[in-house]
Amino acid sequence: MKPFSWRFIRVWQRNRDVFFRLWHSEAPGFIAEPIIILLAMGFGLGAYIGLVDGQEYIEFIAPGIIAAYAMFSASFECTYGSFVRMEYQKTYDAIIATPLSVEDVTAGEIFWGATRSLMTGTVILVIAAAFQLVPSPWAVLIPAVSFLEGVMFASIAILFTSIVPAIYSFNYYFTLFITPMFFFSGVFFPLSSFPEIVQTLSWIVPLTPVVHLTRALINGEFHLYLLWALALIIILTVLFFSLSLITMRRRLTI
Amino acid sequence: MPIIKTENLTKKFKDLLAVDDVSLEVEKAECFGLLGPNGAGKTSLIRMITAVSPPTKGDIWVLGNDLRTHSRQVKTILGVVPQLDNLDPDLTVLQNLLTFARYFDIPKDEAYRRSLEVLSLFELESKVNSHIRELSGGMKRRLLLARGLINLPKILVLDEPTIGLDPQAKYLVWHKLSELKSQGVTQLLCTQNMEEATVLCDRVAIMHHGKILSLGSPQELISRYVGSDVWEIDVNPEERERTIKELDSRGLDFDEAGDKIHIFHIEAGEQVAGLVNFPECLRRRPATLEDVFFRLTGRSLIE
Repeated sequence: MKPFSWRFIRVWQRNRDVFFRLWHSEAPGFIAEPIIILLAMGFGLGAYIGLVDGQEYIEFIAPGIIAAYAMFSASFECTYGSFVRMEYQKTYDAIIATPLSVEDVTAGEIFWGATRSLMTGTVILVIAAAFQLVPSPWAVLIPAVSFLEGVMFASIAILFTSIVPAIYSFNYYFTLFITPMFFFSGVFFPLSSFPEIVQTLSWIVPLTPVVHLTRALINGEFHLYLLWALALIIILTVLFFSLSLITMRRRLTI
Repeated sequence: MPIIKTENLTKKFKDLLAVDDVSLEVEKAECFGLLGPNGAGKTSLIRMITAVSPPTKGDIWVLGNDLRTHSRQVKTILGVVPQLDNLDPDLTVLQNLLTFARYFDIPKDEAYRRSLEVLSLFELESKVNSHIRELSGGMKRRLLLARGLINLPKILVLDEPTIGLDPQAKYLVWHKLSELKSQGVTQLLCTQNMEEATVLCDRVAIMHHGKILSLGSPQELISRYVGSDVWEIDVNPEERERTIKELDSRGLDFDEAGDKIHIFHIEAGEQVAGLVNFPECLRRRPATLEDVFFRLTGRSLIE
């Protein structure tokens, strides 16, 4: 594995420039949708549900929605977005003919994906705060968690992108990996509602520790198992980040 | 010292030997042409020299730098004009150039100045704020050339730079490329356009099946393989065998080309006298690089 250099920032800047030119077409998916889900589920379904873990239902799901949509942002950016740049627009080929290396391009894409998570997480957090769903000042750390979460999901996504033959393959990624996490990682229901086996599985998929961490920061309630959550996020991030540098080099420099 | 040097350069894909033990030297400020049919290995060779594809075997030095260890430094002084359009469709014409300049760490003001300069060089000033999708194929090609100059490269690597251009644009590009050469910019040019190679290249290498078959100036190659003129005979099927026998008995150098026969290295008119029954069936025309190309790589389709 070759390391990436500071030049990754050039790829990040390129993606930022394009995003701010076209942001109005991205906003509905990552700002409007989570807010609609939060309010519809929170007020609608919440009216039929009593307290969950001692909280109103809408308070319970707010941190999960932040974590889940931060995951979606990085995942879409580094699957469909990256694949289009790589295969259809040949943007990566153009960039690696300049002083940037494949590793710089990969890292730039990952950090841009993470930046998308950071933006999404922060916007939902601010809106949740406006609805008085954020009791603890520890919540100011949530953008940092969203960013770290973004690096992890962007790395996993880019690894997948670097090995798939066609854009249709992302159907598998979202249907079999991302969507199940959305429902089984404690976003909408406490993990304790699930059978033992699902609970165990749930603890090793990457969204669960993020949901727990975000929820703890919003409520200002900390437990020892959060250390395990943070450690798991860091381990998965380092692992998938490194792997993606290797597989992306293999894909682009044949 | 050659500006580009390769030694025993080999590229192997699964069961395909794309580049087979190629050693070549490109001198400073020369235009070096790579000619060959599709699949000859030109693009694979260029991809290795531009440090985007690692060699299976062999070495490359650019300006004395080993490409294996100095790829970043080398890429700083290269201008690459790819065969396929890889302009950034998410950005405008000017943003394309500014973004590309940023990959080379060119400061903003300087990047802006140079962008306008290269745009005017290829007569694209009026398209500064256009979107890429609004450009014609020819404009995109010219923009790719302009983009390749944004870092003031010492070496310009061009893969089919005038493919799809109308004659006006083609001559504009040829003119600009010769100007750049006279300013000392070395050029490595991949092309299938024989006229282009003759006009632009100081030396050409003819590639086939991953190997360089022959190397020299276009004139050298023409006189080596063809002679100054080609004599062309139209033959009908009945006379074909007789004509070929006659050519053999006279010891002439010829190739069959469809319903024609090409005869090479003719020194004096008597050598072809009496070969045909009707004088209009025998013609003499100046030899071109294309004749060399066919002689070396054959007439059948490769792919």
